[in-house]
Amino acid sequence: MAPALETKSLVKRFGALAVANDINFTLERGARHALIGPNGAGKTSFVNLVTGVLTPSSGDIHLAGESITALSRAQRVKRGLVRTFQISALFKKLTVLENVTLAIAERVGAANDLWRPAGHHRDIIEEAYDLLVPLGLADEALRPVTELAYGRQRMIEIAMALALKPKVLLLDEPAAGVPPRETGAIIETIERLPADIAVLFIEHDMELVFRVAQRITVLVQGAVLVEGTPAEIAEDPKVRQVYLGESKH
Amino acid sequence: MTDLSSRDLLGDRKAVIDAFARRHRFKWYEAIPWLAAIACYFLFESYHALGAQIFATILFALSLDLLIGFAGIVTLGHAAFFGVGAYAAGVMAANGWHEPLSEVLVAAIVAAGVGFASGLIVLRTAGLTLLMQTLVVAALLQELANKWSSVTGGSDGLLGMKIDPIFGLFRFDLFGDTAYVYCLAVLFIGWLIARNIVYSSFGRSLTGIRENTNRMHAIGAPVDRRKLVIYTISAALAGVSGALIAQTTALVGLNTLALSKSGELIIMLVIGGIGRLYGAFIGVPLYMIAQDRFSQIDPIYWYFWIGLFMIFVVVFARGGVLGVFERFNQRRRSR
Repeated sequence: MAPALETKSLVKRFGALAVANDINFTLERGARHALIGPNGAGKTSFVNLVTGVLTPSSGDIHLAGESITALSRAQRVKRGLVRTFQISALFKKLTVLENVTLAIAERVGAANDLWRPAGHHRDIIEEAYDLLVPLGLADEALRPVTELAYGRQRMIEIAMALALKPKVLLLDEPAAGVPPRETGAIIETIERLPADIAVLFIEHDMELVFRVAQRITVLVQGAVLVEGTPAEIAEDPKVRQVYLGESKH
Repeated sequence: MTDLSSRDLLGDRKAVIDAFARRHRFKWYEAIPWLAAIACYFLFESYHALGAQIFATILFALSLDLLIGFAGIVTLGHAAFFGVGAYAAGVMAANGWHEPLSEVLVAAIVAAGVGFASGLIVLRTAGLTLLMQTLVVAALLQELANKWSSVTGGSDGLLGMKIDPIFGLFRFDLFGDTAYVYCLAVLFIGWLIARNIVYSSFGRSLTGIRENTNRMHAIGAPVDRRKLVIYTISAALAGVSGALIAQTTALVGLNTLALSKSGELIIMLVIGGIGRLYGAFIGVPLYMIAQDRFSQIDPIYWYFWIGLFMIFVVVFARGGVLGVFERFNQRRRSR
């Protein structure tokens, strides 16, 4: 069976700068895979290439064995490739429930319905609410997103991604900007994600990376430096030098 | 996760979902504009002609609110569709087709066509570029109407329109009695359509596009197509509004396509409150009645007073009249 996600010789250049330099990357089905690297290594560019925000200069992207390189952002989402954002990108003035409802309405195609009131799509609202319950967001369902603490907003990011029933989930720094006492909840949530979803996450928080990831890829200057299990990465001299510095984990 | 018992949680679930699912239901205050319009028919008998103009303009402003207020598409060229609708109805009426309702229908279709075609091009852009492009579309159409004088009457305006009675029964009279009821009825239908759209899943997705376009892309929404659809619908409603004005005044001029027409409309909407569906119902009458009054008291400098009022609204009353109401309500509730 083809891997969940695969990039083949993926290149993206902005003039002389290569933000992605011949990246061959494989995300297995059901994987928990971390993408790490110093600032400016091209991690977010990689996510943008895979999701279609950026168009690659050359190379190919495959989702479950099929090329998606030419597909639009929306078409990739429809095929189960879903992302979250580094900085919370929610509909801030809308309620928590509405945020998730919007995502589900897109997935099931109800958002093209010009005539029926949104409230008549009750199944969508119920599904959205039921998604909030295990994430501990149900009590705040009817509050505008801006009123919630930042850590809670990160949970909504994940809820919205799950609402799209992803096959591949790209989490762009899910714990970024979250105060330490709230990261625990996010780690737990990621650990509890359905096993059949292949998860790739970019993260700086090493506690999260080493606790959740089964494999780790290290990206430096737009190229893959090394890939391996957490134990291999922790012991790798190149990684220690370039990324972790001399400090032990 | 929570320490509620499962039964409480179940009750909670239903309550939350019900509250969310019932947002589109009619509220009592939504009847106010219509009751006021009916009352005004009897209270101000000598102002029926002005009333008809106000209703038609409310429809125009409502169509703009769908774009600016709900979809976040800021345009300075909305008069393009108003003018196209006015000319469509006018040209028919001046050339042997006198039945008013079919004229309105044709105006809607023609305006929608122009909206669709121009939307295909201009909606690729956003922000200032979009603003300029919408402005250019209206300017091009205005110049076209100016040069094509054999059909449009050019700068003299389109004259010689003849409109049959509505349903063959209600003749357009000098006092505007028929026009008042006619425009109110069409506005009501237009409002029902707009309201339905706003509360539909499609309408909610427009709000999503306004709030965060990138996120809408990320949840798989065909953002460009959605914008084009609402742009076309809005153009059709603006076209209907133009047709109403053409029919009730029996005159169409180049000013129907002018930049000032688009600008004025935004001012009216800002005064009432953008993105609230009812801003048009407050801003338009306020503006047009003030215009009517000021221009009698101070015929030369009345724009000065409108300007002063606008500054007041922008500085002290963000969100227009409705915005002030909302803040007042919030303060009262939080007490």
